[in-house]
Amino acid sequence: MAVRKDNKGILFTLPALGLLGFSILLPFLAAALMTLTNQRMLTPNPTEFVGLENYSRLLSVTVREVPREIDQQGEPVVDADGNVVYQRLQPILRSDPELRAYQTLTEFDVGPRRYAILAKDLVFWRALGNTFFFVLLVVPIQIGTALGLALLVNQDFRGRTAFRTFFFAPVVTSMVVASIVWSFLYNENTGLINQLLGAIAGSGVVAINWLGSEALALPSIAIMSAWQGAGFQMLIILAGLQSVDQQLYEAARLDGASRWQQFRHVTLPGLRNTLIFVVIATTIAAFGLFIQVDVMTQGGPNDATATLIYHAIRSGFREQDVAYGASVAVIYFLLVLAVALAQRRLTRSADER
Amino acid sequence: MRARRRLFHYALLGVLSLVFLGPLLFMISASFKPDEQIFEDLQSFRAFVPVGDITLDNYRAVFEQSRLLLYFLNSSIIAIVTVVFGVIVNSMCAFGLQRVRWTGQSFIVALILALLVIPFEVLAIPLMMIVSQLPWIAWHNGELTLLGSWFNSLHVQIIPFLGNAFCIFLFYQFFKDIPTDLDDAARMDGASLWQIYWRILMPNAKPVIATASIILFLIMWNQYLWPILVIQGQDTRPIMVGIQQFFGRTLVWGQIMAYATIVTLPVLAVFVFFQRRFVQSVANTGLKG
Amino acid sequence: MIRCSLLLFGIGLLSVTAAADPVEIDLWRHEAEVVELTASLEAVDRFNAEQDQWRFSVETLPQVTYTSAVTAAALAGQLPCVLDLDQPVVPNFAWSGHLRALDTILSTEQLDALSEGAKGTYKGAVYSVGQFEVVLVLFARKSELQRYGIRIATMESPYTADEFREALRLIKRESPEKFPLDLNAKDQGEWLPYGFSPWIQSAGGDLIDRNSYRRADGYINGDAAQAAARWYQSLFEERLAERKTFVDAQALIQGRAIFHYTGSWETNRYTQAFGDDLVIMPPPDFGNGPKAGAGSWHWGISSTCKHPDAAQAFLEFLLRPEEIAATSSARWQIPTTEAGATLTENYREGGKWRKLYEYSRSYAVKRPATPGYPKISAAFEKAMMDIRFGKNVEDALNVAADAIEFDVERNRGYGFSN
Repeated sequence: MAVRKDNKGILFTLPALGLLGFSILLPFLAAALMTLTNQRMLTPNPTEFVGLENYSRLLSVTVREVPREIDQQGEPVVDADGNVVYQRLQPILRSDPELRAYQTLTEFDVGPRRYAILAKDLVFWRALGNTFFFVLLVVPIQIGTALGLALLVNQDFRGRTAFRTFFFAPVVTSMVVASIVWSFLYNENTGLINQLLGAIAGSGVVAINWLGSEALALPSIAIMSAWQGAGFQMLIILAGLQSVDQQLYEAARLDGASRWQQFRHVTLPGLRNTLIFVVIATTIAAFGLFIQVDVMTQGGPNDATATLIYHAIRSGFREQDVAYGASVAVIYFLLVLAVALAQRRLTRSADER
Repeated sequence: MRARRRLFHYALLGVLSLVFLGPLLFMISASFKPDEQIFEDLQSFRAFVPVGDITLDNYRAVFEQSRLLLYFLNSSIIAIVTVVFGVIVNSMCAFGLQRVRWTGQSFIVALILALLVIPFEVLAIPLMMIVSQLPWIAWHNGELTLLGSWFNSLHVQIIPFLGNAFCIFLFYQFFKDIPTDLDDAARMDGASLWQIYWRILMPNAKPVIATASIILFLIMWNQYLWPILVIQGQDTRPIMVGIQQFFGRTLVWGQIMAYATIVTLPVLAVFVFFQRRFVQSVANTGLKG
Repeated sequence: MIRCSLLLFGIGLLSVTAAADPVEIDLWRHEAEVVELTASLEAVDRFNAEQDQWRFSVETLPQVTYTSAVTAAALAGQLPCVLDLDQPVVPNFAWSGHLRALDTILSTEQLDALSEGAKGTYKGAVYSVGQFEVVLVLFARKSELQRYGIRIATMESPYTADEFREALRLIKRESPEKFPLDLNAKDQGEWLPYGFSPWIQSAGGDLIDRNSYRRADGYINGDAAQAAARWYQSLFEERLAERKTFVDAQALIQGRAIFHYTGSWETNRYTQAFGDDLVIMPPPDFGNGPKAGAGSWHWGISSTCKHPDAAQAFLEFLLRPEEIAATSSARWQIPTTEAGATLTENYREGGKWRKLYEYSRSYAVKRPATPGYPKISAAFEKAMMDIRFGKNVEDALNVAADAIEFDVERNRGYGFSN
């Protein structure tokens, strides 16, 4: 490429770099510094350097064995079904000064023994797990939907512009509005979805607690997010489809390839770069899940929808613990960075192949 | 056979359209109904159509209870200013990175790619702490006044969003596909870098300008977290904070839906109007990788 | 310091305001319902009309994010001269130095006339004052109670917790599609501590030790607190109350609920909806009599206020009996002075809603007057949400106790010594 060397080129980048420096780098450095202090939003106490205390509270994890319940004879208690009965761990932790700050994250069995994973900031680990879970849910749902839609509206038929517009309509609906409308749709008692399901099933009352149950809340948010976002990916994939060489299809047809074979051997390879881009963009956006949670569930029930960003904003702004909120944010950034780097590496190795 | 296939195709599209438009149709229909009617219609497809006891009361109430027009104006100003300046600043940056080689350039490209993965939410609180202490000069009551903070202003809602790594990336990818023959020719004729950028690349970049504009517009129109942090007064409040506040206050479902409709429809209309151009521009943008 | 005029064109151009022009004073308040907001704006208009020295200009901010917004404004040094604040967060702003103490600004008689809930205090000093009070009540319709054969509770004999739950079970048995009790399950934030910490207190627990303001262990998670929280959990487990609603305070009107446990602020709406069929009853008794959180929205003066004399005059104006009565009449809010109550139609001796006034005098418990209250509130809110969705009650309350104590330590006791 005939690109000239000219150091004046830097001048063109300065306004944007200055703005990015101000709105991203500066606050980012500020956040990184803050994490080493105990800064609060409003306090008469001076801000102090506390080293890695915030991170240690955030990241401390340890494993302990859960003791069995012992009866008066000193025998392990077994319940009616023959299962071993374990003691409730929390009172034990609270009586041990070393473990007092810990809570049980989860328990697991190894042979006859039961172990508990303990963490100081339970919500952080839940939020971390939820964030990954959400990404794993929403990326395939959203991109799968988008791909399907794109294939449907890529054909030549009357009204395809109208259908594209229909599928894109949720994208121009703001996430705040979408979340408000969907809170109504998802409502257990009066929500449209349960009512429609009831009408379809004909049995009257369907009472699925979409946002109120730990198991369903995050998938519900994922479905709603995919609904809102799929139209955008559809357009990008559509663009990719249109750049696939039509001659390849003709050649495939001449070879007697079925529609599926055409899709598998012409469309998908032709879309490779588009799909990689779409996956990166969707993944990064999904990691930042916040608005839906803030409007629809506030992190509940039982932290089932707490996400990293939600945890950062709740600690840093609503609870005024700026330093701690910033620590969550920094960890979050490192994770997104790792994912982005991993994806870049994948793209590169695929390129070389 | 062909006809059956076509029928199936349209049926599938129809069902999917209902899924994608359903919630919006419901929102719009409900905005015209009193609450009893909304509740009654829930069990049938009447929920998606404005039929029955139709009224504009919800809209009247929304306009009476909220300074909607002001918020609308604020959001429009914020979005339009950001689009105009954002497109210029980011395309210039992409030009400087893609069309010219200079010392340290590859570092800057890597840096911008890295910035791409820092979500704004991470920075919101520290940035809020920073802008809370930044001075600004404004024309206030006929006097030039030094303000001690950026809070409660329009510029605090614009400046942080002008530089956009994703837009730079879009322009960068697009410029890559424009052959350099034209710039070479212009350079022979003694054109400066600025002239090459402004007279040659930008006129050829209309599709990506459209894409970047729509993306920036949507980002700005939907601002939510940031104004919650830095805007307290009504005078500069944007529209999404308006609706969130309204959602927290009203007891009437229909009014919430009316507000949501008012916030959504204009953007939807603008999109439908530019739809063709937008689809085209995405198709032609470097988005294909 | 916040907004200093630039001496741009020399001193000569500095506008010397004519003595006749009133000085503009900023005032912030949260956006309440239209009726309340209008009444409040009218009070400001009356004050502006009464004198020509100052002119208060009002800015209204959304209620959901009001406290956060005020916090952010305090950070930016942009607080207005006068602002309203939710009583429990007053100590936080007082501790961080953003409010003026009012003890020296308002007269002793004025302060003494106010009910306890009408004063926002921190370490003994008053930082805010309120014109009205709210109280927790149970709303229901007489006709519905009769239909199910449930007696009407009174101050002399409120429902005991067990009796109340039996009544709810009875309704559920006869009308399984109903959630008999509306508990404002959409509301997040302060509603949970406001609405449900009184249950803990009625059972004999509390949110924190009110002597030291440093210990929560044994209070918020004590046996009494656990018992009340378990009772609360059972409501959701037995589907006597809905776990999550889209819009609150509609279920009673739409006939989907029989009882609504909420603040007295709904009195007006329900009276309009049900007329004489409406009954207002005390909250359930968990053993130590019904309790209700005291302290509603208060007025305070920021420490950056440049015209404290104006602010003082405004607050004195607001505390006049006729102003308290006017505020009360507009929304049927409970007045905070006896003199104010006497001037109202509904709250004077023998008035229609006198019993709300008496509830507020008899049942009121203030939320802990510590700057750590936002954390206490958040921790308790989280615990109650978790309990609602099925978490082990003891575990949930223990977590709250530990979180509160950790926060107190991190903030060096919030100004309280050991």
